[in-house]
This record gives sequence, structure tokens and C-alpha cells, in this order.
Amino acid sequence: MSSEHAVSVTEVGKVFNEGSVDEVAALSGIDLNIEPGEFVSLIGPSGCGKSTLLRLIGDLLEPSAGAVSVFGKSAHQARMDQNYGMVFQHAGLFDWRKVAANIELPLELRDWSKADRAARSKEMLDLVKLPDFGNHYPRQLSGGMQQRVSIARALSFKPKLLLMDEPFGALDEMTREHMQIELLRIWEETGTTVVFVTHSIPEAAFLSNRVVVLSPRPGRVHSIIEVNLGQRTEDTRENPEFFSTATKIREALRAVEAAQ
Amino acid sequence: MINKRLRMVLTVVVALVVVVALWEGYKWMGQQTDDHWPGTNFGLPTATNDIIMPHAADILGELTVDIRDGRNTLPMYVFLLKKAWFTFQEAAIGFTLGLAIGMGLAVLMARWKVAEKGLLPWINVSQTIPLIALAPLVVTWGRQQNMPDLLSISLISTYLTFFPVAVSGLRGLQSPDADHVELMRSYAASWRTTLFKLRLPASRPYLFPALKIAGTLSIVGAIVGEISIGTKTGLGRAILEYAQRYAVAPERLYASVIGAAFLGLTVFGLINLTERWVMRRTREVI
Repeated sequence: MSSEHAVSVTEVGKVFNEGSVDEVAALSGIDLNIEPGEFVSLIGPSGCGKSTLLRLIGDLLEPSAGAVSVFGKSAHQARMDQNYGMVFQHAGLFDWRKVAANIELPLELRDWSKADRAARSKEMLDLVKLPDFGNHYPRQLSGGMQQRVSIARALSFKPKLLLMDEPFGALDEMTREHMQIELLRIWEETGTTVVFVTHSIPEAAFLSNRVVVLSPRPGRVHSIIEVNLGQRTEDTRENPEFFSTATKIREALRAVEAAQ
Repeated sequence: MINKRLRMVLTVVVALVVVVALWEGYKWMGQQTDDHWPGTNFGLPTATNDIIMPHAADILGELTVDIRDGRNTLPMYVFLLKKAWFTFQEAAIGFTLGLAIGMGLAVLMARWKVAEKGLLPWINVSQTIPLIALAPLVVTWGRQQNMPDLLSISLISTYLTFFPVAVSGLRGLQSPDADHVELMRSYAASWRTTLFKLRLPASRPYLFPALKIAGTLSIVGAIVGEISIGTKTGLGRAILEYAQRYAVAPERLYASVIGAAFLGLTVFGLINLTERWVMRRTREVI
């Protein structure tokens, strides 16, 4: 059954520091299925546990209750099999490695040959449109370029799942919109499933097939909003359907806040 | 590039001239005022006669004077270089051991929180034991084990060098961001892989300043070791001998102290060059 889903989260709860005075219930009773090839955003007020949920899917944290499966396997097995790539808010590149070597890091850990690694990092640099930057050091690149390298690194071993934790949160608005278009292009080219944490309403509306709105303390799924914007272009941002989607998300977030 | 080098050489020359000028100026002033601050009855902190403060020229001149070393006669600077080479070897062994032990402890403490809690206080306490008290103990133990004195001296040097390496190494190994650590976890990388691919490379900017301190400390350790053991050779021996004959030839003690400083600077320079070479890829060296 669950093998149909890219990600399946069942009755998941997460409590930090369980049993101690600073116990925090971060998530409770989360049910969520994500289909292969889908682009799903997690949005909610700060402290709603959206990053925690992402880390549970990636097995960077263990759930206190319930189960997470990824491509029909346990989240732990999926991590061991390196079935997903991860992108963080800060690009998190290694300063001491050139851009190409950064992209090749996961391949190096999988014992790829040098020639294969070089071929793949070249392919990935083309994918993120930085073909001439393989020999640069991360510090020589702008924030947006670094984040592209980070995406290239996450996709270098062609995982079927991409987990992104507010990846464009530190970028300026114009770069951010540009990166969104780029991400959608890459998503279409690679057919990867994407789980995307954001706190930006327009970003969630523009990128996603579905937007999951979470309510805080403990985090629960408040509502799931379907998005039908068809093929996105820069013009989509001025499309009435885009505004009405953003409005739906905004209203859901307001309802979440009002319930507090 | 040439300009930069020229500027560096000029800086060194100017610094030397300033030191000599201050030395001679102070001495001259003391001679004029009978070792008092000008116009007051306050005494100067040190007397300025030729025994306490020989002329800079005499000290530098002493470096070229022929002296006897066993059956040979050779210039002082060659004599000091030979002694310094011996001390350097002891310090190099001590430094290498200190680096290995310090990094070993740092890795252990980075791996297990328990090890950090258990070891770190003792590592700190270790440095409160005066070296002078420790040195004879090490030598006595060493001689009982039929260990050459050279190794005992190296161990004393190790005792000083492992400390900055362990403390800064630990900080360096713990320096990667949570993102970096999570990234390695997402690749299902083992602790060992994370150590070699992330933690060790990330520790380098923390480690090199510590190595510069450790390098000069290794020389201090070796010299103190030589003095407390009473070896027949090494800079420590030369310093001890000339200290005993200070009243007769003060310039010689100063000359041997210059030899020790020169050795310390050489080691510092070697580590600096290593840093430039290792970090050439990140260009973090200023």
C-alpha cells in the first residue's frame, strides 16, 4: 500500500526533551501522504514544527509516536539508502572545497570514480546554470549562486526526493523569485518529489501542487490547499488564480492564529 | 610580490634598529643620571652598567668571537647553531608527540561527551603543575626505564605542547554548523567519515594558531628540560653555563638567549609556512 507514496506520515508526534521540565510537544497526530513527483510546501507560523516535520521525513530526528515511510521503506532505511537530498536555508557549502568538489561530496561518499564524479558535477553545474564556476571557491559566489550549488549537490546522486528547509529564506526578493522559476524548471526536468518548508505565502502558492498549513504547539495539519496554476511563468505571479490561492493560504494561516 | 617581501625585510630591520636604539638609549640615560629617572630620585628598574646591560654591539660581536667547544675552536654563532640543532631535535620529537596526543584527545572528546566531561578538567589541571617540578620526575622515571635523556626532554616538551592542541583541536572539531553535521547525516555518513570529510578540515583555522603557540612552547620545554636534567649539550646547557659565568662574560648569556629566540622564531616560521601550504586552497591565511 504505502509503496505508492513517496512519503507517508502516519499518526506522527514529536516531543522534545520528553519527561523533563523543558518538555516541548512539537508535533502531534500528523497524517500526510505525498505522491511521487509532487511538489508539497509546509507553511505555518514560527514554532509550528514545519522544520521538525521535514527532519522526521529525512530521519534526522526520530518521531516520538507514529511512523514515517519514504518510498515504502522506513525513513531510517531511506536515509541509509540515501534516497533523498537535502537543502538548507544557508547553502552550507564546505569553504575548503571548490564548487565542483562540493557537488561531488555525496558521490565521493558513495565511492564513485573520479571521472564519473567530474562528469556528474559538470552535468549538475549545467543544470543549475553555473557551467563556468566549478573551479571557484564558495566564498567567491553570491548567496543565490551558492544556493544553486547547494541544490546541485543535493541532486547530484539523482535522488527521487528533495527536502528543502526554507532554502530561499536568506535571499533578496528578486533573486528569490528567479530561484523559484529555476527550481520549478529543475523539478520538471528531474521529476523529483519536493517537500519544501517556507514561511512565505506567495512562495508556497507559486511553487506547490499542494500547500500544507500547520498550526502550532503542538504542530498539527490545519488544512491542505490544492493549487491549480498550470505551467508557471513570471506572468503567473500576476494571475488572479495565483492571488486567490495566496488568499486561501493567508486565510488558513489567520484561522490558525485566531485559534491560538 | 617583491614589494611585499622588501617591506617585510624593512620591517624586521627597522624593528631591530628600534630595539637596539631603545637598549642603548636607556643605558646611556642611566649612565648620565646614575641609574635614576632624569630629574628625580626614583631609581631605574634595572641598573645600566656593562655587567647588567652590555652594549648591543658587544652582544652581537660576541656571536662572532671564537670559543672552545671540547677540542675544537669555533665562532660563537656556529657553536650556538650546533646546540640549537640539538635542542630543535628534542623539541621536534616533543612537538610531534604533543600534536598526536593533543589531537587524539581532541578527537576522543569530540566523539564522546563523557570523555570531554571527564578529560577536559584534567587537561586544564595538568598545566598548573610547574614544569620545573615535573622535569626531574620525568627524567628519573626515564632513567629507570633506560630511556635516553633526549627522549625524557622531548616528553617534557610534549607536556607543554599537547595542551593548546587538545583545547583548540576540540573547538575546531566542534566548529561545523548544525547544517553541516545534518548534511553528513543525510548522506548516512559514519562518524569516521564525518571526521575526515568535515570536522578535521573545519578544524584547521582553529588548529594553526594553537600549533604556533605549541611550536614555541616545545622549544621552551626542551630548554627547561635540558637545564633541569643537566645534559651535556643543547641550548639549555649553554644558557646554564653562561649564566654561571655571568659576572665574567655577560655578553655570552645574552648571545645564547638570542640563539634561543632565533630557534623559537625559526619554528614559528616553519609552522607559518606549513599553514600557508595547507590552507593555500582556501586562502584564509592573511
